[in-house]
Amino acid sequence: MGHNHESSSPAPAILAEVNPTPFPRAVLVENNRSYSWITEKICGIIEGKTPTWWWVCFALACFVASFTVAGISYLVATGVGVWGHANPVNWAWDIVNFVFWIGIGHAGTLISAILCLLRQKWRTSINRAAEAMTIFAVVCAGIFPVFHVGRVWYAFYLFPIPNSNAIWQNFRSPLEWDVFAVSTYGTVSVLFWYVGLLPDLAILRDRFEAAGQRARSFIYGFFAMGWRGSNRHWSNYEMAYLVLAGISTPLVLSVHTIVSFDFAVSLLPGWHTTIFPPYFVAGAIFSGFGMVLTLMLPLRAVYGLQDLITQYHIDCMCKITLATGTIVGYAYGMEFFIAWYGANPNEGFAFVNRAFGHYAWAYWIMISCNVITPQFFWFKSVRHNTSLVWILSIFVNVGMWFERFVIIVTSLARDFLPSSWGYYSPSIVEIFTFFGTFGVFSVLFLLFIRFLPIMPMAELKAVTPQADVHGGEKH
Amino acid sequence: MPTSSYGLIATFETAPQIYQAAQRVRDAGYKNWDCITPFPVHGLDGAMGLGRSQVPRISLVGGIIGFITGMTMIYWTGAVDYELIVGGKPYFSPMFAFPISYELTILFTAFATIGGMFFLNGLPMHYHPVLKYEHIKRGMDDTFFIVIEARDPRFNLANTKALLEQAGGKAITELEA
Repeated sequence: MGHNHESSSPAPAILAEVNPTPFPRAVLVENNRSYSWITEKICGIIEGKTPTWWWVCFALACFVASFTVAGISYLVATGVGVWGHANPVNWAWDIVNFVFWIGIGHAGTLISAILCLLRQKWRTSINRAAEAMTIFAVVCAGIFPVFHVGRVWYAFYLFPIPNSNAIWQNFRSPLEWDVFAVSTYGTVSVLFWYVGLLPDLAILRDRFEAAGQRARSFIYGFFAMGWRGSNRHWSNYEMAYLVLAGISTPLVLSVHTIVSFDFAVSLLPGWHTTIFPPYFVAGAIFSGFGMVLTLMLPLRAVYGLQDLITQYHIDCMCKITLATGTIVGYAYGMEFFIAWYGANPNEGFAFVNRAFGHYAWAYWIMISCNVITPQFFWFKSVRHNTSLVWILSIFVNVGMWFERFVIIVTSLARDFLPSSWGYYSPSIVEIFTFFGTFGVFSVLFLLFIRFLPIMPMAELKAVTPQADVHGGEKH
Repeated sequence: MPTSSYGLIATFETAPQIYQAAQRVRDAGYKNWDCITPFPVHGLDGAMGLGRSQVPRISLVGGIIGFITGMTMIYWTGAVDYELIVGGKPYFSPMFAFPISYELTILFTAFATIGGMFFLNGLPMHYHPVLKYEHIKRGMDDTFFIVIEARDPRFNLANTKALLEQAGGKAITELEA
C-alpha cells in the first residue's frame, strides 16, 4: 500500500496483501485441443490426398515461374543490355527486386528469432511457415544480383576463390559485404529452419512407418537423424535453438543494414543518409509481416487452422505491421526534414524531386500504401475482418516495392548535371523476370506446405495448457 | 538380469506425471536414464538433475574462429597476397574488414551450434534400442516415457521396476539391447 504513516495510523492495512490485477493471457491453442489433435491436424495435411486446389495452384505457379526462366534465358543468351537500365539509371529493377525480396524474408527471421528471445509464444504457430518464406524469398532475391553480373558463369568472382587473374575481391565495397551478408543469411536461415524441423520429421518418420510407407519413412527418417525425443537431447536442442535465435537477431539487423549501405555509403543525394540502416530494417520487417499475412490467412482458411492461428495471432501481426509502418512513415518525414535542415541544395532537390518530379506517381503510391494503409490496423473491427486484413497486406507488399523503386530510381535519374538526366522504364525482359519470381516463390511455398509440417508440432504442444507440469498453478 | 537387456521403459500419460516421476528417479540416484517426451517439457531438466547444456561453449569457439577467419582473410588477400590501391585507402583496416568478419562470426557460430548439438546428442543415430519399443511412436505424439538403462550401477530389475511403479509408470517393459 502507498501510505506508510505507521506512527499516525496504527490500524491494520485494509488489504492484507495487494496483488496486481490479473491480466488474462491469450490462449494460443483454442478449444483445449489435445497433443494428438495437433499431430493429426498438421500431419494430416501431408498424409492426406493432394487436394485439387493444390494442383491448380501449382500448375499456375509453374506457369508464372516460367516467365523468370524465359527472361533470364534471354538475358544470358543476349547480354545484360536487354534490361531497361542505361545511363544515368544503371541500377534499377534488379536491385529494387533484390531489396524487395530480401526485405520480405526478414519477417520470418524476426518471428523465429527476435520473438523467440522476447518470449512471445504466439510465434509458435506461424514461425515454421514464416521461416520457409524467408528462405524462398532469399532464393528469389539472389536471382537478381547473380544475373546482373552479366556473365553469370563468372558469378563465383563474388566469392574469394582463387581465380586466373590472381586478384582478390575489394573488401572495402558494401557490395562485397552484401555477398557475405546475404549468403550468411540464407545459410543460417536454412540451418535454423532445419533444427526446428528435426522433431517434426521424426514424427513423420514414425507415422509413415506405421502406415507401411517405407520409402517416405526412410526419407523423413534420414533427415530426422534418429531423433527420439530424449530429454537429454531436448536440453541441448533448446539451448542450440536459443543460441541460433540469439545470433539470428543481430544477423537479420545486420543484413538489411548492409543492404542499406549499398546506398548510404555512396555520395548520391537521397542515398547518402545515416537514417538508412534503421529505416531499411523497419521497412523490411514491415514488408515481411505484410507477406506473412498474405500467406498465412489463406493457409489458415484452406486448412481450417483457426484453433492454431487465432484472432490473437492476427491481432499481434497487424500491430507489428502498424508499428513498423509508422516507423517507416516517420523515416519518410525525417528524410525530408534533414534534407531541408541540412541546407544542401542537391539533397533538397533530390527530395522535392521525389515527391513532385517525374516519378511523383511512384512516390505517392508508396506513401499511400506504406503510411496510410497500416493506420487502419488501429481499429479492432479492421483487425477482426480477415478479408480486409488480407487486402491491406497486399497494399503493404505493393507499397514496399515502390519504396525501393522510389529510392533507387529517382536519385539516379536526376544526376548532378541536368545534361545527364534521364528517365528509366523497365524493358519487357525485366518485367518477365520479376513477375516470374512470384511463381518461383509460390512453387517453393506450395511444395513446402505439401511435404513439410507447416507448423512446429513440438513447439505448439509445449504452449498448450496441459504441457504445464504444475497443472496451471502459480509457481 | 540378461545381458541382452538395454533397460526398463515405463509409460506416463501426462506432463505433470513424468515431472513428478523424474524427480523420484533422480532422487533415487540413477545416472544412466532418460525421459522421452514429445516436446521439451518446461522444468524437466531440473527434475532430471541435468546441468546447463554445453552447446554455447562450442558456439563461442565457432564464433571466435569465424571472426579471426574474416579478419585474416581480408588482411592476407588485400595487404599480403595482392596489394591493390582502391581509392587511396589503406591496404587493410579493421573498419572495412568488420562487416564481413561480423557475418562470418555469425555463420561459423551457427555451424558450431548445430554441429555441437548433434555431437553432444550423439546424433545421427538411426538405430537405438528405445526406437525398437513398439509404443515409442506415441512418444513423438502425446505420451511420455522414462527409460532406465541396465548399465546404471543402481539398476536392479526388481527394484528399478518397483521404483517406476511407485512413480506411477504404466506398462513397464524390458527393452532389448
